[in-house]
Amino acid sequence: GCFVFKPSAKKRRLSQSTAPDFRSGNDKSEDAELRFFTCQSLWNQIKSETEKVQEDLNKNLLDNLVSFLSRSHSEFQEKTTEWTCQMKFREIPTAALVLGVNVTDHDLTFRSLSDLLQNNITPYIALLEAKDCPGIKNLMQKLMGQLMNCYIDVDSLEDEDYVQVSQSRIRCSMSSLIKWYKGVTKKTDSETPSQKRTSSSAYWQSPPVVVIFKDMESFTTKVLQDFIVISSQHIHELPLVLIFGIATSPMIIHRLLPHSVSSLLCIELFQSLSCKEHLSTVIDKLLLSDQFPFKLGEKVLQVLINIFLYHDFSVQNFIKGFQLCVMEHFFSQPLSVLCCQLVDLKKRINFLSHDQCENIRRLPSFRRYVEKQESGKQVALLTTDDFLKEETQKLLEDLHVYHYNYVSVLRCLHVFTSSLPKYPLGKQIRDLHCACLENQVWETEEYESSLQLARMLNKSDLVTMLQQCVEILLSSSGKEFDKTVEKLKEFLTQFQNLEEAFQERDVSISSQKELQKKTDLYHLQKTLLELKESRRSKKLTKFEMLRFEVIDFIDSLVRKYLVPADRRTLHEILYFNTATVLRGHLNAAPRTALHTALNNPHWYLKNQALKCDGGSISNKAPDICIVYKLHLECGRLINLVDWLEAFSTVVMAAEASDADAASSDQVDDIIHARFIRAVSELELLGFIKPSKQKTDHVARLTWGGC
Amino acid sequence: MPNLEHPAYPADALLHLESLVPCRESQVSLLLSIFGERQQFSFPSIFIYGHTSSGKTYVMQTLLNTLQLPHVFVNCVEYFTSRLLLEEILIQLQSSSSETEQTSHVPCDTVNDFVRLYKQAVVSRGLQDQTLYIVLDRAEQLREMEANILPAFLRLQELTDSNVTVVLLSEIVWELFRPNVGCFDPLTLYFPDYSIGHLQKILSRNHPPEYTADFYAAYINILLGVFYMVCRDLKELRHLAALNFSKYCEPVVRGEANERDTRKLWKNIEPHLKKAMQTVYLREISSSQWERLQHDDGEPGQLKGLSAHTHMELPYYSKFLLIAAYLASYNPVRTDKRFFLKHHGKIRKTNFMKKHEKTSNHLLGPKPFPLDRLLAILYSIVDNRVAPTANIFSQITSLVTLQLLSMVGQNDQLEGPRYKCTVSLDFIRAIAR
Repeated sequence: GCFVFKPSAKKRRLSQSTAPDFRSGNDKSEDAELRFFTCQSLWNQIKSETEKVQEDLNKNLLDNLVSFLSRSHSEFQEKTTEWTCQMKFREIPTAALVLGVNVTDHDLTFRSLSDLLQNNITPYIALLEAKDCPGIKNLMQKLMGQLMNCYIDVDSLEDEDYVQVSQSRIRCSMSSLIKWYKGVTKKTDSETPSQKRTSSSAYWQSPPVVVIFKDMESFTTKVLQDFIVISSQHIHELPLVLIFGIATSPMIIHRLLPHSVSSLLCIELFQSLSCKEHLSTVIDKLLLSDQFPFKLGEKVLQVLINIFLYHDFSVQNFIKGFQLCVMEHFFSQPLSVLCCQLVDLKKRINFLSHDQCENIRRLPSFRRYVEKQESGKQVALLTTDDFLKEETQKLLEDLHVYHYNYVSVLRCLHVFTSSLPKYPLGKQIRDLHCACLENQVWETEEYESSLQLARMLNKSDLVTMLQQCVEILLSSSGKEFDKTVEKLKEFLTQFQNLEEAFQERDVSISSQKELQKKTDLYHLQKTLLELKESRRSKKLTKFEMLRFEVIDFIDSLVRKYLVPADRRTLHEILYFNTATVLRGHLNAAPRTALHTALNNPHWYLKNQALKCDGGSISNKAPDICIVYKLHLECGRLINLVDWLEAFSTVVMAAEASDADAASSDQVDDIIHARFIRAVSELELLGFIKPSKQKTDHVARLTWGGC
Repeated sequence: MPNLEHPAYPADALLHLESLVPCRESQVSLLLSIFGERQQFSFPSIFIYGHTSSGKTYVMQTLLNTLQLPHVFVNCVEYFTSRLLLEEILIQLQSSSSETEQTSHVPCDTVNDFVRLYKQAVVSRGLQDQTLYIVLDRAEQLREMEANILPAFLRLQELTDSNVTVVLLSEIVWELFRPNVGCFDPLTLYFPDYSIGHLQKILSRNHPPEYTADFYAAYINILLGVFYMVCRDLKELRHLAALNFSKYCEPVVRGEANERDTRKLWKNIEPHLKKAMQTVYLREISSSQWERLQHDDGEPGQLKGLSAHTHMELPYYSKFLLIAAYLASYNPVRTDKRFFLKHHGKIRKTNFMKKHEKTSNHLLGPKPFPLDRLLAILYSIVDNRVAPTANIFSQITSLVTLQLLSMVGQNDQLEGPRYKCTVSLDFIRAIAR
């Protein structure tokens, strides 16, 4: 699997060199340690929360698998002698586990699966990866190694040396595996009365042996076929269960295995949750909750979501990215020390130093806030630290409350927008969230059009939506929403009392019936015109009035609560919004970086002499840069002699001016050597390769320079 | 009147043997006459071939077991290296001689060692005056081991200078085995496929104890009528018979029909069997799922087979990469300019070109293309600018690991890797939607 990168390494570096690193990051070092610990504790909270979320998400799948496994070898347990069982071919029970293309996430699933199995079904689990099993021999070695080791784990230590001795000279064949299995099960049988009972009684007498193929696609056909054929011959002695981890689609089984082999299997399909739903849940639980004081700004969230949707579909990477945001925030923002739970806030504010107060005063959002105050307060805010601290606390509390309300109203709005045709504001709540964070959502066209659409909703939909909203607002238990909930309930009762409106409509229907009676063409035309006229000017029905009222009310809620976060004072403390840093860390662009380094060495070397403008080639640049720039001007095949000429011209340019040497036609040996070295460096970097078409030419491998 | 006659073996053993191997009497009698009496030397090596489940293994096993001839039976797939294979033969030789001491196993790496150890084992077992049979099942695997293994087995009698016969069982003909030089040609023996009559006879033999043989035979008749066209594999047929029998009995159990009511029973079972052919037989749904369905009287439609799940979610750029790869694989290079450039100039229309293109591309299969071409097409089919980040490149490699693309000639990464697109047009259509 290769949707890989590892921000975890960065984290490790940071956490090992812990607080000192935070301190060196900025000179006002007082709160560095505190920030570091806040960051760590916050991350630990988030981590445990994500683990819980993922566990819940996988629960269904894992439960199904466990029940499948416990069912799979029931015949083996009961040793039935029924006719059908005798006649039937013993197939190997196989679970095809479709996990989606995000291969990096699979590890987690497999780990929790094997943990679960270990606790419930069987101690004998082997996890095989394609890269370890190029041949059937390696596969058997790996399999036996893992199984026999787990046997050590389960059993007492006294057998250890015995096993290790035998393992070195054990034969990697199925028969020795069967012998081992018989020995192990017999032993547990005889030991059950002893004190071991507690550990081993969770399993049956002969627990199945589970073999998990992590990445089915990468296994070679032959290895799989051989393994299945071999193990199907011994299924009577060794209760084997296979689990195929599939990233693409279950069709791959038929593609990899011919019918003669797949007929040895009894395949059941298990499908994990789609990774998009997985992400939605994670966002819902992590970002749209008020558990954590830390929040993501719009741009940062967009970057993370884009990486997920465009590139890797990996929830793990999303969480890693989130972790990076947390770290970056606490590392780069000195005031992040205030990014804590409300309980601790007061104490921390009181401990703020003068420098930190100055930091607060420097925040752009705070300056905007100050400008709006009257002059007396302005002076107090800018000069008195204590007053500033009081004010800060109030503002931060406001910010927390704002977020709290924001989430509830966002969910309400989402109830409406997610049922509109064509989803003008996005289907997922994350789209809506991004839209609301970006700017004032009520000024956008999409919002306009979705209100338009919402004004056309029918009654039953509207009622259910209102009920959902009431539930959301009630569950949020905010004090501020009491009135809102009352208002919504009032709407609901009004909808229930709409009987009269229906009667009114009945009247209009009866007038239509009258119309049908008339047969005279002239009259018909006349009444039709009248009817049309009256409909245009007709007063809205009660229902429509009410609908307008409801939508207007929702609109007012939106305008009141869904103000973008960056309009709020002191948002810099809780919201992380420097997307460029994140993008730099996560979107590695090796080719661009290489091009920049070679084309513009000043960018990395920071040497004034290298600063050059435009396309000119400075002779002070490293040789490889000169060679690179020259090669950019060439076609697919580069003549080495011409290249050398050009190179020596550039290099000699400076010297030629002061010492007009006559040795122009003969290239200096040193320059020649430098040229050769630079060219071979370019070859190593993969820009050129020796060409077979012409001996004194090299071929370019890149185009367009980036 | 038994068909099998041999002076060396008691008549009742032969009678028993005959009852165990229906429809294979002629082969067995031929084998018996080749084997001769216990102490007589037999042919050094015998090669038996025939299609899947034509009873090769079964016949050999029952023959050797019923007549209690000394033998070793080894599956070459299971013992996948020559060392494992040779050691296994020796172990079987030793273990059958004395159950008590079977721990001492000597490493045996070469045929030379094997011959030496084999002689010792034979002497220790006291089998010098009997023919020992070494049966190698799935012998086609021998070709993949060291080059001297197969010739050595063929001449084992000569090499060990003892009374041994090697029997090779395989599904392919001897001509595909024969090494170039110095090879002893074994006696080849062909096991023909079972005919429909044979299948009927064999399958009807083991009927369930609750029902009469005739009833079961009628059932097998119907079953063969449906499945004989697609499947002649005895094992598979027996499996299917067992799976569907309970459904067949249903009317009888409910008392709606008696056992003689063939037509009614046929009406009941026939659509069911047809459905089974499309699902269980192809392993679209597993047999345990099938049984559960039968039990609950559910419609198989509720359970989607493996092939029904063709849909695959891919990240945005992976989709485009795959589409670009498909285009690069199936379009000739010279059309790129025409398709992907805005100002491509005049389109030359030559009749020859058109005709040529229409026939070929999808029939010829995907062609390899360099990485640069893939990226160039990607840039032109994606609307907005794509930054060539590591994420894009890693997606290409992950598409390769998912077997949606395949790498051609992986000798040098630096030298411009070449890929092929391995997915079908339908798949691309589904993605491009």
